Amino acid sequence: MAESMVRLQRACKAFPLPEGGTVTALDAIDLEVARNEFLTLLGPSGCGKTTLLHAISGFVELDDGRIFVDGEDVSDRPPHRRPVNTVFQNYALFPHMTVGQNVGYALDIARTPRTERSGRVGAALEMVGLAGLENRLPRQLSGGQQQRVALARAIIARPKLLLLDEPLSALDRKLRQSMQIELKTLQAELGISFIFVTHDQEEALTMSNRVAVLDGGSIQQIDTPRAVYNNPANAFVASFVGASNLFQGMLQSGRVMTAQGDVISTDAAAAGSARVTALLRPEQFTIANGGGNGAAAKLDIGIRQIVFTGAGYEVHGRTMNGHDVVAAIAAAQQAQVASAEISRKATLLYDPAAVHIIAGGGDRS
Amino acid sequence: MSGFSRRSRARAQLALLLGPVSLFLAIFLAGPLIIMLIYSFLAPGLYGGVEWEFYPHNFGRILGFADPEFEIFDPVYIAIFLRSLRIALTTVLITLLVCYPAAFQISRLSDRWKSFALFLITLPFFASLIVRLFIWILILKKTGFINVALSELGLIDTPLELIYTEGAVVLGMVYIFIPFMFLPVYASVEKLDWTLVRASQDLGANGFQTFRRVILPLTLPGVIAGSIIVFIPALGNFVVPAVLGGAKSLMLGNLIEQQFLAARNWPFGAALAMLVMTIVLALLFIYIRYEARRGDDAPVIR
Repeated sequence: MAESMVRLQRACKAFPLPEGGTVTALDAIDLEVARNEFLTLLGPSGCGKTTLLHAISGFVELDDGRIFVDGEDVSDRPPHRRPVNTVFQNYALFPHMTVGQNVGYALDIARTPRTERSGRVGAALEMVGLAGLENRLPRQLSGGQQQRVALARAIIARPKLLLLDEPLSALDRKLRQSMQIELKTLQAELGISFIFVTHDQEEALTMSNRVAVLDGGSIQQIDTPRAVYNNPANAFVASFVGASNLFQGMLQSGRVMTAQGDVISTDAAAAGSARVTALLRPEQFTIANGGGNGAAAKLDIGIRQIVFTGAGYEVHGRTMNGHDVVAAIAAAQQAQVASAEISRKATLLYDPAAVHIIAGGGDRS
Repeated sequence: MSGFSRRSRARAQLALLLGPVSLFLAIFLAGPLIIMLIYSFLAPGLYGGVEWEFYPHNFGRILGFADPEFEIFDPVYIAIFLRSLRIALTTVLITLLVCYPAAFQISRLSDRWKSFALFLITLPFFASLIVRLFIWILILKKTGFINVALSELGLIDTPLELIYTEGAVVLGMVYIFIPFMFLPVYASVEKLDWTLVRASQDLGANGFQTFRRVILPLTLPGVIAGSIIVFIPALGNFVVPAVLGGAKSLMLGNLIEQQFLAARNWPFGAALAMLVMTIVLALLFIYIRYEARRGDDAPVIR
């Protein structure tokens, strides 16, 4: 595909362990990132996402496979000769340089003429909302401001691709959310591809055009945030992205029966019977008025904990067969939640058509 | 009211804690220094001791206004001064060249090898300085290890002049002062944040540019501290030139020692010592000013 900005072909990397043997960080990964795309690499720590990022920026040398950026094979180039810039996790601002010197670093290295340099430094700082802070030192800035300096420093050389290595993880929640929106706006303005690494699934869903979920050095699923959330490819993706209730069992004539005896109704059909995992998101549940008798798609639970979240309630319960269930109940059902809290039990209703069925037993390889 | 009594109690505590050491230093450091300072402006007595009259020509003998009654100005003392400066600076430069790259290598070792390497660096402190210097005599002398080895190999006919040269003095100095240079340099190299090096490369800088713009500035405090710690004792050192140097590589330390112990010209010796101290204090002053200025942009530990 000539359109893609980044293409990885069977990228492999294994690290030796100190006690002998190796750990596979990248297991023959194929990946394409389109021009002007915001791709997020999502996964738990140790899943290979940072290694993948470092392979693209050149700090990790691949054991096997090729990397193309904008059609050029950069696999054998050192980091300083790749058209890629990085925003580092802890910003990695040069402590002995002012904000202006930090931002202008790439231009100084490229021997950009003085007048052009100062214009571009000003413009980059303007873009991240830090105009006029050129002469401050990094340590005189707040965390959010340092983050913006790191961003301005990384985009000033107009890279074809910007890599962001968990750049928001050190910020508090509120600042993180506003930076998420800003980053997305900035990406649209710059018109360059972003590869964003995070272990925070909410962050991944908020910002990306596509999300690649990684585990064990390989891509479990790569798709739009909505598809990853609603149609997870396997149980790992389902449990890692968003809160989930997973029921493993046998699918037979519109019902998934777990070994413990829980029954989940579904519209999905299977020829004969098959091992599957049924996924129910917490927000798919409502609490039944009264006993909810007669409804086919229901789960009777004992209440363990009810948490007020502002937008609604998080009801933590357990079925009679000992399966933990979490349900997000809207504030409109306040009365039902109150009575469930008193009676310590509730009947959860759901739409059988919305139950997502994942083939396989749900044990990830 | 209570604030006042608390403050005075704090003051009493401070006095109690700092009192003994202040008293000790006042008596045994400031006292002799003041005596030296006064002596350096007194005339030498004919048979040792001093004449109690103002006599600026002790400094004059070194700096160019010698006592017209007794001698014409001889630049030999200036020459010794300059030689001492040269040897001290050479020592600083060589120890730096040895220790700086080594610090990078050692900082990358695993923790176990790291502490072993540091142990090896400090190992010489466990043996007597004099013994270690006399071993160099065995190595460098006309019938020493190097000359014997080279002539056995047929590479030389006559023994090389290795010992009792300025080169031998520098060698001995470097040998002694390597740990003093290494430890401060290592401390700042060890602290270096390698993600900054990555950031620099990521922004297009090659190895040399990264070194010049990021690594060197961030490790400079250690380099400067090490240089000062080596330069000061090297400038006034008298053991190394006494053991490995000949008459031609006399240094300030030896000159001062001679004035006090052999020539019994205490005022002149005191004047020499005061000049050395002036240089050292000036250097320290510059260093402290530099440190204070740098304090503003010192890396923050978060």
